[in-house]
Amino acid sequence: MVFVCEHFGTNNQRSVSDIQEKDRTIWRVMPINKTTNSFADAVADIPSGASIMIGGFGGAGGQPTRLMMALRDLGVGDLTIIGNVAGISKTTGYGWPDHLDPIDQGMFFESGQATKIICSFPVPGTTNPLSDIEKAWREGKADVNIVPQGTLIERIRAAGAGIPGFYTPTGVGTTVAEGKEHREFDGKAYLLEEALSADYALIRAQKADTRGNLQYIGTSRSFNPAMATAAKTTIVEVDEIVEPGGIDSERVGTLSTYVDRIVQRESGDPLP
Amino acid sequence: MTSVHPNGNDPAPRLDRAAIAKRAARDLVDGSTVNLGIGIPTMCADFLPDGVELLYHAENGILGFKELSAPGEGDPNLMDAGGKFPKLVPGMAFFDSVESFSLIRGGHIDVTVLGALQVSHTGDLANWMIPKRGIGSIGGAMDLAANSKRVVVAMEHTARDNIAKIVDECSFPLTAPDCVDEIVTDIAVIEIDRKNDRLVLREVAPGWSCDDVQAHTEARLELDGEPGLMA
Repeated sequence: MVFVCEHFGTNNQRSVSDIQEKDRTIWRVMPINKTTNSFADAVADIPSGASIMIGGFGGAGGQPTRLMMALRDLGVGDLTIIGNVAGISKTTGYGWPDHLDPIDQGMFFESGQATKIICSFPVPGTTNPLSDIEKAWREGKADVNIVPQGTLIERIRAAGAGIPGFYTPTGVGTTVAEGKEHREFDGKAYLLEEALSADYALIRAQKADTRGNLQYIGTSRSFNPAMATAAKTTIVEVDEIVEPGGIDSERVGTLSTYVDRIVQRESGDPLP
Repeated sequence: MTSVHPNGNDPAPRLDRAAIAKRAARDLVDGSTVNLGIGIPTMCADFLPDGVELLYHAENGILGFKELSAPGEGDPNLMDAGGKFPKLVPGMAFFDSVESFSLIRGGHIDVTVLGALQVSHTGDLANWMIPKRGIGSIGGAMDLAANSKRVVVAMEHTARDNIAKIVDECSFPLTAPDCVDEIVTDIAVIEIDRKNDRLVLREVAPGWSCDDVQAHTEARLELDGEPGLMA
């Protein structure tokens, strides 16, 4: 029997005597206040070789841009990135206001930190100029795993919901189905897809309360709520941190239980 | 792959992209929940017949959007799947990607209009990767093509150098097999008649005969009555 309870975070408010009992399990009790002081602090423990979900859809809205920049500055390598529309904004302007230089997940391939990406939309239609992901792929420096978007989000949802796999009609009869178990239901073919989890999720919300309840705005939800549930450690970039009660209980989009750390942007941040 | 009509002898001008969109828009039924792909499909929204109102879905999590914001005025937190910024309008709904693809996979999208690289005579669709590039983007296309109630392809009839896009078998990687219901191009409207496993030429562009269209099409086209005129 192993009894361990590990505290972490920058604002531990419980004592180590909170040790509780569970067979052969090491689990973490979160501090009630999950506020972290800086983006650099929030990502400081991410090691080389980690798998990292990056929220948003593609484009500026819902993208944890400041956390991504902090991870780039941290410099760790051999990363596996899990995203959606991953690396097309820089060369096409996708989802960014015209007057800003777009930032996308290609930054981790430009910096050489990432060696693999799992996503639905790695490259734009055009190859002129070449995107960072396609360039790394052509040079043999990046493994690119392309997953249908609905399958990708459901694999992430499944991981967070304790479901190891599911059958989907999407991808049957295509290269996506190769090597996967098929099964018929009511005479229609489906294929088995497996849950997808990660070591870390970097996500974005409009507002967090200090406990970590999150509120989203507009189309910035996208991949963020599901990713929050599917990683061992979920780190959230927000525009504003409020006291409990500052988010209407009816409008909580992600429960605090899923959230490990929250970081607030500086007011007046010019990035969307 | 061979050019079916290498000399490019067009008997009359082909329709422009806007005219393809206008023709595809004519079949959209009032009140439908519709997903429009990037390019010609998106342009369908500009040509809806009078009295037709659609509920537009974009897979990034928005239902009920209409026109785009003026250049420079868009909100990045109010985006469509093409990366553009629609205006906030009454009745609009936002949701996450789990919900968005439950809507798609669950068969709740009435019509998807999308572009294609190739369509086969049985309605197989290829639109996500050109093999010689070796890398492509699936995005939501496989989910939309496989699970929408009706799939309409709006595209130019042939590729560069008049290479056929409507073919016996797709040589490009499939998006979904057996999914396309109708093809609207710059020279014809073609129905995929699954019950009888055939392509039916329903309309031709002004100045184009059935033989002219067939000469630009690898797959065999059949007639079911005299084709109408695209307008």
